[in-house]
Amino acid sequence: MTTDVLIDVNDLQKHFKGGAIRALDGVNAQIHRGEVVVVIGPSGSGKSTFLRCLNLLEKPTGGTITFEGHDITDPKANINLHRQKMGMVFQHFNLFPHMTILRNMTLAPTKLLGKSQKEAEEQAMALLERVGLSDRAGAYPSQLSGGQKQRIAIVRSLCMEPDVMLFDEPTSALDPEMVGEVLEVMKELANEGMTMVVVTHEMGFAREVGDRVIFMADGKIVEENTPEAIFEHPQEERTKNFLSKIL
Amino acid sequence: MEWFQTLQADFYLNFIQDDRWRYLWTGLGNTLKITFFAVIIGIVIGVVVSIVRSTYDKTYDEMQPGPGRYLLWIGDRICRLYLTVIRGTPVVVQLMIMYYIIFASSRNSLMVAVFAFGINSGAYVAEIFRSGIMSVDAGQFEAGRSLGFNYVETMRHIILPQAFKNVLPTLANEFIVLLKETSVAGYVTIRDLTMGGYIIRGVTYSSFMPLIAVALIYLTMVMFFTWLVGRLERRLRNSDH
Repeated sequence: MTTDVLIDVNDLQKHFKGGAIRALDGVNAQIHRGEVVVVIGPSGSGKSTFLRCLNLLEKPTGGTITFEGHDITDPKANINLHRQKMGMVFQHFNLFPHMTILRNMTLAPTKLLGKSQKEAEEQAMALLERVGLSDRAGAYPSQLSGGQKQRIAIVRSLCMEPDVMLFDEPTSALDPEMVGEVLEVMKELANEGMTMVVVTHEMGFAREVGDRVIFMADGKIVEENTPEAIFEHPQEERTKNFLSKIL
Repeated sequence: MEWFQTLQADFYLNFIQDDRWRYLWTGLGNTLKITFFAVIIGIVIGVVVSIVRSTYDKTYDEMQPGPGRYLLWIGDRICRLYLTVIRGTPVVVQLMIMYYIIFASSRNSLMVAVFAFGINSGAYVAEIFRSGIMSVDAGQFEAGRSLGFNYVETMRHIILPQAFKNVLPTLANEFIVLLKETSVAGYVTIRDLTMGGYIIRGVTYSSFMPLIAVALIYLTMVMFFTWLVGRLERRLRNSDH
């Protein structure tokens, strides 16, 4: 892990209903290159909102997000270009149902990166090979299981060769027996040095793969530390309370 | 067998004698011409209006203040006005307004009818497309944007193909309605299929043969298009087993 800061979040605010609801209330965080940051917290704590602000799927009410040295919250910033470098995996996979798996993966690289269809397909096939789904290249999303869909969603993002991957509760919509196969892919990705921000309820994953755990509650970061420190010696009352309920 | 001979004579009188079938034949040609070009105009208008309307609904509140936002607001208001007026008045009245007022100097009644029916159909197609766009899961839009596609690219590659598939049955129904609605084209001197039957009736003084023939021809066309759309639907459904 290097100290190179990839994403710098400064006093991030996200309000709804004119400030009556503060989903994010002054969040400061840094994501370093090659780091795996796991965000945990009770529901409604703002952890998903925080993640979705990082690539501006949610528009922050205030504060700044600096990605690779660019302030992406600046209205003049070309967010579409920055998003190409920030892969995102959703709870509900969001594969494109009207396209084959292969087309799901090659669409963005061919349209946005100017890759040839052949080049993009070779890359996609290599990635499918890695997650053991190369035989499903011609299938449609509806023909796959949840675990398969999520693995495809992950490699679809990887086709854009992102610098960071954002995971928004990637295993929450899966049947229990399929959680493992998705976490396995994520673990491999972490081992290869991919920068990852993961919102999850999988504490085992946080402990094993995370370099750092951020605990959020009420739109604020309550505590952040190494997984060992958070899980074995939580400092804050909120953290202890939350962990006692789920561990 | 007396009734059969009467029927035969009736048939001869209405269709064969003086080549009266030609009224139906040229009428059918005009009906198809009007429908075909009106469908094209309707789709073009419908796509544009539905995109303006749904873009407004989806993005206006989040947009940065500026000329773009203002333009979108104006566009949305124009589209709403168009929808209200077109859907609030009968197509025959619109047709006559087009022919006798707006294009009063034009003698090309067929072209006027194409515009009138196209503009009319566009309003209904717009609302059909808009419901299709809104029916696509918001996650699809987010997935597209998160890959780096801009709003227009996401619409084009991800949202519209799915929206089109969702609305195909409703859209087909709209075209069937349009095909039959063109039967009022006679109001502006067009000899369409219905008018063809009406002219024969005026000459032969018999109602049964020409009117039933006209009805059967419409029915056959509608059944054919229904079958065609059914095939298209089955092909598009390949992706969701």
